[in-house]
Amino acid sequence: MTTTPDGRSSLRGALGGALGGALRGSPTLVVGLALVTLHVLLALTAPWTTGHDPVVTDSGDVLSGPTAAHWLGTDQYGRDILSRVLHGGRYALAVTGLATTVAVAAGTVIGCFTAYADNWLDEVVMRVMDALLSIPTVLALLVVVTVLDPDLWVVVLAITVVYTPAVTRVVRGAARAVITQDYVTAARARGERAPSIVFREILPNVLDVVLVELAMRASWVVLLVATLSFLGFGANPPTPDWGLMVEENRTALTVVPLGTIAPVVALATLVVGLNLSADGLSKRLGVDRAQQGAAA
Amino acid sequence: MSAVVAVGRRVLIALLTIVLASLFVFLAVQALPGDVARQLLGQDATPEAVAALRETLGLDRDVWSRYADWLLGAVRGDFGVSLVSGAPVGPDLLTAFGNSLLIAVPAVLVGITVALLLGVVAGVRRGRTADTAISMTALVLMSVPEFMMATVLVLLFAIVFPVLPAVVLRGPEATPVELLPSVVLPAVVLTLAMAAYVVRSMRSSTIDVMSREFVVTAELKGLTPLQVVRRHALPSALLPVLDVVALNVAWLLGGVVVVENVFNYPGMGKLMIESVHNRDLPMIEAIAVVSAAVYVLCNLAADMTALALDPRLRTRRRTRSRRSA
Repeated sequence: MTTTPDGRSSLRGALGGALGGALRGSPTLVVGLALVTLHVLLALTAPWTTGHDPVVTDSGDVLSGPTAAHWLGTDQYGRDILSRVLHGGRYALAVTGLATTVAVAAGTVIGCFTAYADNWLDEVVMRVMDALLSIPTVLALLVVVTVLDPDLWVVVLAITVVYTPAVTRVVRGAARAVITQDYVTAARARGERAPSIVFREILPNVLDVVLVELAMRASWVVLLVATLSFLGFGANPPTPDWGLMVEENRTALTVVPLGTIAPVVALATLVVGLNLSADGLSKRLGVDRAQQGAAA
Repeated sequence: MSAVVAVGRRVLIALLTIVLASLFVFLAVQALPGDVARQLLGQDATPEAVAALRETLGLDRDVWSRYADWLLGAVRGDFGVSLVSGAPVGPDLLTAFGNSLLIAVPAVLVGITVALLLGVVAGVRRGRTADTAISMTALVLMSVPEFMMATVLVLLFAIVFPVLPAVVLRGPEATPVELLPSVVLPAVVLTLAMAAYVVRSMRSSTIDVMSREFVVTAELKGLTPLQVVRRHALPSALLPVLDVVALNVAWLLGGVVVVENVFNYPGMGKLMIESVHNRDLPMIEAIAVVSAAVYVLCNLAADMTALALDPRLRTRRRTRSRRSA
């Protein structure tokens, strides 16, 4: 790839400018990013802030309510719920961060190239992406996860497969508008090659759309990861995972409600944070989200 | 004439999309671990018996000729025989699909109507109490996973107010009438989950349109706010939301997986999980084709509605297909 020092600086400049401008005077974005940052910090520090191992069982102290030793109580195996919620954030954020980044990066590059190509290749790529989009998300995830035994990387791969086509479609749409601009025509007239035009002219100018995509997809991925675990196709027990925790504790919802409520509150605040970030970003960057508010 | 060409092109692309989707799923399911023949016969089966069954099932031939066979059958409406039950796939899937429609159709009708209305109200009353309330509710609804909504509803109606059946205890053989009382709770969950996205999309589209010149003109010439919204703003504001509605309706078929599992509802989502679990290739393929067809039909319907709503799309050739692709 022809990522010259020049190209990189223009990319970084666009990114920094977009974020810096977006943060000023947007309470939505500030609240959203604050929630996400809080989750990241809690997840990063989880091994030191919790006094209990999230997977150690204690048959003498099961289904307890909140106590001094266990602030949020224990589940049916006597595991500390607070510790499991905090560690669950590590799994959720790791999978979400990896899967969203890979899917958005792949979709962005494919979308920009196929928009620039604008020939039979574009047609073929978009037909394939359309076909992938028409397969229900959950079916595709289940098949991929069953083919390769479910571990963290397989879940990341599965989500990438499912979300890359959707990102490709959105970024391609944005890139098509950029391609008609004079600076792209000028670059073409200078005789620059396709990779150079895509990475130095088109990509910096669709970054606003890409940033909003990143925040919005992340909010869906968090929910999707939890759903997969809930259905028994994601994290393997006894991994502390929010979806898995709900599945394990929901039968005891009336006995220890916190076992189900705590992971859902954690999950929901993270999703709200990501959604507010996406809202704030799209407002500040002037990205039209009416076209993009589809469900997972 | 150009409209006819555009429609014909869209229909052809739609068919191609379904066939491609079925091919992808076929290839992916091929890679599923575990041998169906051995699984059906059990661990004690002799290698000869396994080999014989593999031959009967056609598992010994290469992937491409099997896909070709399957495709030829599917075109004639023959989706093969379930590897698990031995019965033809068609009737079982049809029952499950019908059951899923029983919860999905009310969810779509009620959810979309209410969501569009609330979205317009929030957009018009931007920044006021009504908008804040609607936007907040939508944000919370899209942040709480469906399995949690479903769990809470089950708890509420199984223990606190035992009015509606919380889970379905009947198997797939239940008739629609027997299922009817069990339809309400799953449908409510689907409605809430789907409506949130449509509300947000309709709100931002309304805000966008309300600031356009033609709406300002309509206001200035003295029309009542209701007339401005209904006659001038609404048709334009609906246009970008159509795609979102279509995607959400198509999404419902995936969304039913979670809901049907929590409520033990005998629909297509439950069938999907069972089929993947049992590596029942013909059933998975049929489900994939039905889902892809629904997805494609929803998008097609959205495009056609857009053509009807927006005269510009009918004259400028291919504008629509390019924009939506």
